[in-house]
Amino acid sequence: MNVVEKITVTDKLLKQIESQKLPSWAGEYRKSALESFTKQGIPNRKSEEYKYCKIDLILKDEFVINPSKNIAKTQLTEALILKDAITIVVVNGVLNEELSAFKNLPKGISVCSLKEASEKHSTVFEKHYSKYADVTADPFIALNTAITKGGTFIHIEKNAVIELPIHIIHVSTANENNIVNPRNLIVIENSTQAKIIESFVTIDSKAKIFNNAVTEIFVGEHAILQHYKIQEENDFGNLVSTTQVQQEKQSVFNTNTVTLSGSFVRNNLNIVLNAQNIESHLNGLYLTNGHQVVDNHTLVDHRMPNCNSNELYKGVIDGASTATFNGKIFVRKDAQKTNAFQSNKNILLNDDSTVNTKPQLEIYADDVKCSHGTSTGKLDEEKIFYLRARGLSEVSAKKLLMLAFASEVLNTIELEPLRDYLENKTMLVFQ
Amino acid sequence: MLSIKNLHASIDGKEILKGINLEIKAGEVHAIMGPNGSGKSTLSSVLAGKEDYEVTEGEVIFNGKNLLELSPEDRAREGVFLAFQYPVEIPGVSNINFLKTALNEIRAYKGLPAMEAKDFLALVKEKQKLVELDGKLANRSVNEGFSGGEKKRNEIFQMAMLEPKLAILDETDSGLDIDALRIVAGGVNKLKSKDNATIVITHYQRLLDYIVPDFVHVLYNGKIVKSGTKELALELEEKGYDFIKEGATL
Repeated sequence: MNVVEKITVTDKLLKQIESQKLPSWAGEYRKSALESFTKQGIPNRKSEEYKYCKIDLILKDEFVINPSKNIAKTQLTEALILKDAITIVVVNGVLNEELSAFKNLPKGISVCSLKEASEKHSTVFEKHYSKYADVTADPFIALNTAITKGGTFIHIEKNAVIELPIHIIHVSTANENNIVNPRNLIVIENSTQAKIIESFVTIDSKAKIFNNAVTEIFVGEHAILQHYKIQEENDFGNLVSTTQVQQEKQSVFNTNTVTLSGSFVRNNLNIVLNAQNIESHLNGLYLTNGHQVVDNHTLVDHRMPNCNSNELYKGVIDGASTATFNGKIFVRKDAQKTNAFQSNKNILLNDDSTVNTKPQLEIYADDVKCSHGTSTGKLDEEKIFYLRARGLSEVSAKKLLMLAFASEVLNTIELEPLRDYLENKTMLVFQ
Repeated sequence: MLSIKNLHASIDGKEILKGINLEIKAGEVHAIMGPNGSGKSTLSSVLAGKEDYEVTEGEVIFNGKNLLELSPEDRAREGVFLAFQYPVEIPGVSNINFLKTALNEIRAYKGLPAMEAKDFLALVKEKQKLVELDGKLANRSVNEGFSGGEKKRNEIFQMAMLEPKLAILDETDSGLDIDALRIVAGGVNKLKSKDNATIVITHYQRLLDYIVPDFVHVLYNGKIVKSGTKELALELEEKGYDFIKEGATL
């Protein structure tokens, strides 16, 4: 009888990483991150946090790690959602200055690659890099920290108000199956204001991509940040996107995560409310079809008193797709007078589609206002009939109702051109 | 315009309409009265095309077309309008957007081009006045947070916008105070013409003081048991439905 040696996906990846020369910047973080990844490994269906994801199945094919490939500027047109913006283009995890447009930056903002930041902005870099995204907490944070080739560094100096939106475009492009690891560090200091959009697109790509992106965000005291994640990868796109946020006193962080396409998308959004009088708004919209799998995990960690968090995630689930929402609110012992609200609502359009939803509240303080709720259902027949009785076809009646459902999330987007763009995209999905 | 012959309809196997016969001509106003549970709302739902009801027998011809074969939207496009007894709230869908879509789909059905935005807004303004509907309400989500009276006014506003040939007002007076009733009835009267017809379904005679019917029919136990002119409504008001019930069981 032949004994077949079973090589796990993790072993295979580790072997590949071993044969690679890793960049030297942030070198001190890479070793322990790799150890941490080795310990945790790629999760399978037995891991509680990733049980609906089947990432081990996605990664069982042959993949190249962090390959360089470029695209032409003309191929970028569709990805430029905003006419006026500071545009940062990251191709397969590496900042591409030629494709970007951040030469004439307004006063108070610095943009560069992380490698450059580790040299030119070493104080800020050392203070914040890898300080929030914990390599021991998640295997994908560990993997990214160990092998990332770079990504974007954005620093906004104290008191600066940046009116122009800052748009980071993550481009995935592949000739053969690849794994890329973009990494961003966004530090907005005390009393600043900014709007940052991270979009994920696939351009000129013929193979499977596994995109493991990590963004660390520090929001200083009294600062206000609008943050948007727009996900539009193609049918070969697989994305694990981690956003790790640290908020300081009296800061406001608004974030919207909109998933329009991609074969597999997993979002980890972790927010630490590290001081008093902080406000956080988390909104999400996912429109799934075909065999898509979209999984949103959020963690709101109330550590100090007098903070507010408000979360609304909505999904329209069609075809044989699967959507998962797992939202955890953690209210620590000291976090008295916390207001924390969470809601997840889904519309299932098809008997073959699936929704997994798991709201979780863990409260250790005794004077708090917290609530969570979830609902999953079909489109309301009474409403459809009402609209049809006024002359709308069944299709347009349903479309109108789905758009109305989605608009509760889209209306929270303050950046008007972006909201218009997403409304149009949403309508196209509902065609 | 509308010819209902021996109409039987049931829901979940239970027969509600047991052979309705009704002829309505252009320019006429017909009132259908009857006690609770007599089948009034079922009749309006069946005419509008609600799929919960199964028509087991009979026919409905509307301007030469077999109404029962048409989808709810095609009935609306042919000119049937149901003012709902309980208008649905639709959060997130603006009244105006919804009406624009409705109007343009009806126009497309008739082979007409979509209405220009400017003309549409002018029409909205004109028709709002008819039912004294606050401009703000027109811009809000369909019926969301509207009071009972505002919902009913919104129904008549929609009717004014869509200009149906046959309007069916299902208990439009329920929950309306006298001022709102006057406004709603006034709107309906202004929309009346020799080319369209109205069916007023009501439990009470009061509405008929404001929308004066040419004919009154009494529905009881799924059948029209008595027809007459507007005096019949007054008689019903005076004697109550019991005299009909007694008559029916005799």
